[in-house]
Amino acid sequence: MRAALKRWWDSDIAWAWRRAPVAILATLLLAVLLIGSFGAGWVAPHNPFDLTTVELLDALLPPAWEDNGQANYLLGTDSQGRDLFSAILYGTRVSLLIGLASVLLSMLIGIVLGLISGYAGGRIDAFIMRVADVQLSFPAILIALLIDGVARAAVPRDMHELIAFPVLIGAIALAGWPQYARTVRGSTLVEKNREYVQAARVIGVASPVIMFRHVLPNVLGPVLVLATVHLATAIITEATLSFLGVGVPPTAPSLGTLIRIGNDFLFSGEWWITIFPGAALVLLVLSVNLLGDWLRDALNPRLN
Amino acid sequence: MSTPLVEVKDAARWFDVSPPWLERKLAGKPRVMLRAVDGVSFDIARGETLALVGESGCGKSTVARMLVGLYGLTRGDIRFDGQPLSRMSEKGGRNLRKRLQMIFQDPYASLNPRWRVGRIIAEPMLTHTQMTADERVARVSELLKQVGLDPADQGRYPHQFSGGQRQRISIARALAVNPEFLVCDEPTSALDVSVQAQVLNLMKDLQRELGLTYLFISHNLAVVHHVADRVGVMYLGRMVEVAPRDELFARPRHPYTRMLLEAIPDINGAGKSRTAVAGEVPNPLNPPSGCTFHPRCPHANDRCRAEAPVAMLAGVSVVACHAVEEGRA
Amino acid sequence: MSALLEVRNLRVEFPTRRGTLRALDDVSFSIQAGEVLGVVGESGAGKSLTGASIIGLLEPPGRIAAGEILLAGRRIDNLPDEQMRRVRGREIGAVFQDPLTSLNPLYTVGRQLAETIVTHLDMTWSQARNRAVELLASTGIPAARERIDHYPHQFSGGMRQRVVIALALAAEPKLVVADEPTTALDVSIQAQIIELLKRLCREHGTAVMLITHDMGVIAETADRVAVMYAGRVAEIGPVADVIHKPRHPYTAGLMGSIPSMDGHRERLVQIDGSMPRLNAIPPGCAFNPRCGQRLPRCATERPELMPAGTSRAACWLHDDKTMVAA
Repeated sequence: MRAALKRWWDSDIAWAWRRAPVAILATLLLAVLLIGSFGAGWVAPHNPFDLTTVELLDALLPPAWEDNGQANYLLGTDSQGRDLFSAILYGTRVSLLIGLASVLLSMLIGIVLGLISGYAGGRIDAFIMRVADVQLSFPAILIALLIDGVARAAVPRDMHELIAFPVLIGAIALAGWPQYARTVRGSTLVEKNREYVQAARVIGVASPVIMFRHVLPNVLGPVLVLATVHLATAIITEATLSFLGVGVPPTAPSLGTLIRIGNDFLFSGEWWITIFPGAALVLLVLSVNLLGDWLRDALNPRLN
Repeated sequence: MSTPLVEVKDAARWFDVSPPWLERKLAGKPRVMLRAVDGVSFDIARGETLALVGESGCGKSTVARMLVGLYGLTRGDIRFDGQPLSRMSEKGGRNLRKRLQMIFQDPYASLNPRWRVGRIIAEPMLTHTQMTADERVARVSELLKQVGLDPADQGRYPHQFSGGQRQRISIARALAVNPEFLVCDEPTSALDVSVQAQVLNLMKDLQRELGLTYLFISHNLAVVHHVADRVGVMYLGRMVEVAPRDELFARPRHPYTRMLLEAIPDINGAGKSRTAVAGEVPNPLNPPSGCTFHPRCPHANDRCRAEAPVAMLAGVSVVACHAVEEGRA
Repeated sequence: MSALLEVRNLRVEFPTRRGTLRALDDVSFSIQAGEVLGVVGESGAGKSLTGASIIGLLEPPGRIAAGEILLAGRRIDNLPDEQMRRVRGREIGAVFQDPLTSLNPLYTVGRQLAETIVTHLDMTWSQARNRAVELLASTGIPAARERIDHYPHQFSGGMRQRVVIALALAAEPKLVVADEPTTALDVSIQAQIIELLKRLCREHGTAVMLITHDMGVIAETADRVAVMYAGRVAEIGPVADVIHKPRHPYTAGLMGSIPSMDGHRERLVQIDGSMPRLNAIPPGCAFNPRCGQRLPRCATERPELMPAGTSRAACWLHDDKTMVAA
């Protein structure tokens, strides 16, 4: 284990990371957000969703450094008396969870379809790519809205909350798979004609084995970069959907929900309720994007 | 006289390189077929090395791939030990496949960069046998020693080896399930001269030890002179001459073979006056009519321009040339 | 007579994260006016780097760390870019391996030729164009007057290489550096191109530095040859002597490992092991771990090029002290 870690630390990519201030900063920021959000149970000073601890009398308190602020509500409270800092931590967790889950699902669908498309060629390839093309001409939000709408209509009202998360994750994932499929297909087309694949065919290895054991490990490189970029997009898509009210249910608000709630109070003076969740969202997406950009550049000369 | 191990009769492989269907319909363009191989016939006897030489576009690499089943046949017949090659893709075809293997030109692309060497060499065993993991490791060690590498190398990755060593790994992989016939597609063209010597010596040793039969593809006549028992010369998808090695080099019959031999710069040929070959290899998509060599041939006549020559015996050589047939060359 | 090109103690280094790699280490040789010097070696020996250093096209982070390159007595290794650009083309021409990338696909062949001529020689555009047609015709391209207005993609591979040669000779350089000029071409075309290069350079009195791994080409084209190994010159001398009477054990091994169409040997000479990587060059003579005639001092002292018959070899076997003791 230790040897493997040491080997990784000595690798070119780790060395490049140590020399890129932006990458280090972005990683640190992301780490803080991850620890804060997934460890919300321990880090957050309050639990804003435990109704027994929420004091209605503490509603609409400004951040701690303002005149009326209180020290135990660091960033102020919302209209229900919920601590904003804690709400942001829990909300970030929801955003991250949904983002990561939809990216993983999207990757799975996209990689498999891209591999099959590139390796099989012919009509299968044409069919899958046309489906991808058609889907790409719709904005992701629209697709997500569509799927969400269909799900709501198809499922009885009392089940909505139960299926909200899976449907949301599924919707965002479905909106994102064509990118992976296209990238993987392109790489597969190249790898398919490489001599090690021909060698496997001469040996008599079955096609599915060639696809998943030979070609797949060699086409995953660009997918990694795509995934980091997609994570940022997924988080924003979820935030948008939640902002529009068709994302997460109100019992598990994400950053988007919080922004929406705060929006109503923006012009009546309680700016903190929307600004702080918004800032948190920006920081999250920014760190993911910066890391993704750096990764793409760092991996590039080696890809050549 | 036992049957030859490999029999190829009038084998052809055409590739459809037409423009896409829509474009053809709209612009009225015709189908375009690339005749990569257009009717070659030859035999390979058990234990011998047949070399195929030719320049770009001659089809020798395509023939190599046809012989291991990577490409199907557009026309003609290929038999291995009496059985048609097409049987390989059928249900019982596994056993046939085990007996022929291939070594590729590019030592960097022919090994999966993400797999360890041990896994790479063991792949044929995994596909064709029921050997246990221990048995496989033992066999991989044995194979590595046989090709001059260290058994401990099986835990490393291809990029940790040089080009020559990678070719040895390719050879070890090809030998994993004891094939009888190896198709070698320019196995040393990408290697330095001194490394090439090592690999060629190794291949000769292995042939002797294991009784292998080789089809050796190359564009380098000096290498061919060193390894081959018989040589086949190809030009634009057709076989123009097949002869025993010494005969081909001492008494080349076909005008193309002669020009090729004259044109090759040789380390011992300093100061030799030579007639440079005229012209260049034509575009394979649009080959000349009749005998495809006629635009560059000093003996071309009207018959050559109209009619493609048929292979016939001339001494111990098989030649496809009107001029040779008519005694003009 | 002083040499046209003199390379003295050239050292080229590449700084990397794991330390500085010395790709060329104390390389010295000279080329006389009008002669053809072949530079042979296997991959990693440094022959292309030598050519690149002379033309001034060494890719950063590689840099010339020590030594001098003199063209007609004048130093060219330390010139600023602008001046080097004028030297390149006017005094040194270049022919590279891949004719596809050596020509700009967007301009006609005539335009590229004329541009080179006008940049380096004192001529008007129409004079330059006429000269371009002459040059093209002299390389054996039929219907030069029509083809001068064709684009590179309208020529075949061999024809393109002829155009590249014409381009290299367009400004009447004194030296042409040709790096693997025939490797990417078909075998029957190789002979044509080599013939052409020889003939034109003889006609124009141009010296040629012919870099290649193909000994056959060297045997038929070069006057002298330098054999490189691990960034150093192992042997240099008249071509027939180096090939048939090699003085350095590496050269002997190399010549023995090349299959020839004359005669037949059962086994090719095999030098065990392989050329050391740049970060693992042994002390003393770089070849000593693989050498069958190794002396004790070979592992500690690096030999300079010393006289050995009609050639010079970097090998202690030819040192006076060794020969007296033997």
